[in-house]
Amino acid sequence: MSDALLDLQGLSKSFGALRVTDTVSLTLRSGEIHALIGPNGAGKSTLIQQVAGALAPDAGRILFEGRDVTGLGTAQRAQAGLGRTFQISALAMENSVLQNVMLGAVGASRSVWRFVRPVMRDAGLRVEAEAALHRVGLGDVAAMRVAELSHGQRRLLEVAVALTLKPKAFLMDEPMAGLGSEGSARMTAFLDGLRAEAPILLVEHDMDAVFALADRISVLVSGRVIATGTPAQIRRNAEVQTAYLGEEVAP
Amino acid sequence: MGWMSALLLIEQVLNGLQSGIMLFLMAAGLTLIFGVMGLINLAHGSLYMIGAFAAAAVAGATGSFVLALAASLVAAAAAGAVIEVAVIRRLYDRDHLDQVLATFALILILSEGTRWVFGSFPLYLDVPAALAGPVTLPGGIQYPAYRLLIIVVGLLVAAGLFLLIARTRIGIQIRAGESDREMIAALGVDISRLYTLVFALGAALAGLAGALVGAIQSVQVGMGEPVLILAFVVIVIGGIGSIKGALVGALLVGLTDTLGGVLLPLALSGVMEASAATSVGSALASMSIYILMAIVLIFRPTGLYGTA
Amino acid sequence: MMRRETILNLLVFLALPAVALAALALDEPFTITLATRAAILALAAVGLNLALGLGGLVSLGHAVFFGLGGYAMGILASHAQSYAPLDLGLFVIDGTKSMPVIWLVAISVSALAALLIGLLALRTTGVYFIMITLAFGQMFYYFTISWPAYGGEDGLSIYVRNSFPGLNTLDPVQFFGLVFALLALVLWIMGRIERSAFGLALGTARQNATRVETVGLSPFKLRLVAFVISGAVTGLAGALFADLNRFVSPTMFSWQMSGEFIVFIVLGGIGRLFGPVVGACLFVLLEHLLSGVSEFWLIYLGAILLFVVLFARGGVIGALVGQGGRHE
Repeated sequence: MSDALLDLQGLSKSFGALRVTDTVSLTLRSGEIHALIGPNGAGKSTLIQQVAGALAPDAGRILFEGRDVTGLGTAQRAQAGLGRTFQISALAMENSVLQNVMLGAVGASRSVWRFVRPVMRDAGLRVEAEAALHRVGLGDVAAMRVAELSHGQRRLLEVAVALTLKPKAFLMDEPMAGLGSEGSARMTAFLDGLRAEAPILLVEHDMDAVFALADRISVLVSGRVIATGTPAQIRRNAEVQTAYLGEEVAP
Repeated sequence: MGWMSALLLIEQVLNGLQSGIMLFLMAAGLTLIFGVMGLINLAHGSLYMIGAFAAAAVAGATGSFVLALAASLVAAAAAGAVIEVAVIRRLYDRDHLDQVLATFALILILSEGTRWVFGSFPLYLDVPAALAGPVTLPGGIQYPAYRLLIIVVGLLVAAGLFLLIARTRIGIQIRAGESDREMIAALGVDISRLYTLVFALGAALAGLAGALVGAIQSVQVGMGEPVLILAFVVIVIGGIGSIKGALVGALLVGLTDTLGGVLLPLALSGVMEASAATSVGSALASMSIYILMAIVLIFRPTGLYGTA
Repeated sequence: MMRRETILNLLVFLALPAVALAALALDEPFTITLATRAAILALAAVGLNLALGLGGLVSLGHAVFFGLGGYAMGILASHAQSYAPLDLGLFVIDGTKSMPVIWLVAISVSALAALLIGLLALRTTGVYFIMITLAFGQMFYYFTISWPAYGGEDGLSIYVRNSFPGLNTLDPVQFFGLVFALLALVLWIMGRIERSAFGLALGTARQNATRVETVGLSPFKLRLVAFVISGAVTGLAGALFADLNRFVSPTMFSWQMSGEFIVFIVLGGIGRLFGPVVGACLFVLLEHLLSGVSEFWLIYLGAILLFVVLFARGGVIGALVGQGGRHE
């Protein structure tokens, strides 16, 4: 598949006797949102960690732009163009909102080995950082400490930091979690526009958001992908119905 | 000549075992306290010192070595329990920096307090007369009876500790506490009592080691910290939280330290003149256990038996 | 409007030369020496503060760099003193009594040691890092005791203070001025580093290493560089300390020394640029006052420290300006 930007091939991972990822293969194509859904304990987080480079798979490989990145660590994959957001916010809580996005700009511009010039006065980086904040609607709280932000604002900040990296693909772990209906709707609208910039591999529990956004959906149960298809196909899939969705999405 | 050096070697191996097993008593308490409570305790060396001083004081007053050992256990355990209740339990939820600082402050207080009570001059704890001489081991090796006793006592305590943790109710609680604090709370265990108990147990082991070693070396303020740091090396090598790792690490460190001090000057005497070989050899030997630690770190950063 | 902390920083910082100048006017050279000692210990702790305060690396082995700086001075000056060249195996160099040269050597040697120790110790985090740095400190301590060439356990005396172009370093106030200028320079550099891109990344790595990796940076490299700079500064302080006392001994490598550097930082207030300066001044003052009151003054110091850790985590600056530092 030439248009697969991210290509997972036969990934497997076990913790002791427990097989948490079982020969998972899936692709992320340019311009799409590919949602990964499944019941709790299906192995979504473990899979995302393998894609991000935080966890090494026991078998299989990961291709990014056709290049094998299986052996690379988190930082190298980020440099290669994989932008990640976390289920539980991974931010510098004592720093200001702006400082957090500035760090993204520093990482993206590879300008970390500067010891003398005050980074917050670097106009070039600041333009990037502020633009990212404005895009997610956090421009007004730039000077606040992250610790003072609401849960939903931290979610948006995660996305803003990922934006500064100008990634070729996004890896998002439950961006809607805990957002509330209004927040979810705003995030959904935002992600909808984002896919044109870079495709998104999206792990999400909010089924309304998933079916509204996804071009394709893969269903993970007990570490295995039991189905991949368009939202309509997944909705009709009998195996998915019994294994996971139940009445929840029945028309 | 070959037979003589073999004898010398065996004697040094026994010395290495002896110092290793004493290190184990220190390291076991430290690693247990870290494993269960997540606390790094720099004042563990002070408990070693308290045990030694208690033993020396009681031996001086009563002349009984057995009473002296009992006193070391009781005094160190009691001091441990008091310290845990007064200071340590406020540190469990703090970061490592706070733990380091508070226990560093405890060292200052306990060391200077001991100096205030006992003065700056070293005390001497005599080996009991019955154990003062050498015994003849199989093969005609003459070895001090007291050092042999230390090895035996240390091994018995080690065995007792393994049994305690593997077989008893308190051992189950300790192991549960290592994996999951909430779980043992759910089991209805009084956590703060368990913590005090574990801390006192670790303190008693350190105090016993202090008393046993105090009879070979002198009993003085500041005796605990070098042993504490060696025990840290043991834990880095063995893997934190692992009693088995503490045992293996302690024996490795004890043997490396002792044998290095003898063998390195000997080995170097082949390539340089005798006096230079002695000084270079002993300087290198002083680094040997840290080099051992560095090698373990390169290949197993979490120690030989450490998990994560 | 200046913030209260900035005002306090300025006051403390200017108190040092004020004390030295007052002592000069009152002809009390010992007090000038005390102020010099405080400034040097402050410099050592300012070095550690980059690793500890900003980087979150609890190094209990910074005495290694302090001692190496001290011995760099001791060894170079002793060879100059005896006119015996120093044979380094590959090449032979002459000893020197020139401070700038000695400083350069002290900084380079400490930086190299910090690189090697950092490469090993930074493979781990948390308690392992504390124990490993402590252990390497002890290694250098024992090595200097058992290495007889430079005095072993007894240490090494240098009879005349080393020289600096244009100054009479034997004059206490001139030597103080030199030390104070270095402290000011290093504080300025540290302040810049803290606000630089590197400082932002290092501070973030302390709070959340995953965040740093996610933007494509390596926490290990950031920490290693911080550790090297930190060790180099503490090494420079060691060379100055040796010159102040005209004496070096293995106690410069002792674990108590490492512990005291951390104490300076925390007494002053962790995560603050001037925290180590306040802490070191306070320590030297307490040492001077309490040791006159009781032979066992360290008990009081222990009690004060325990109180600060358990109940007053902001340290002195935190108590005076009424807000937390970076560590709340």
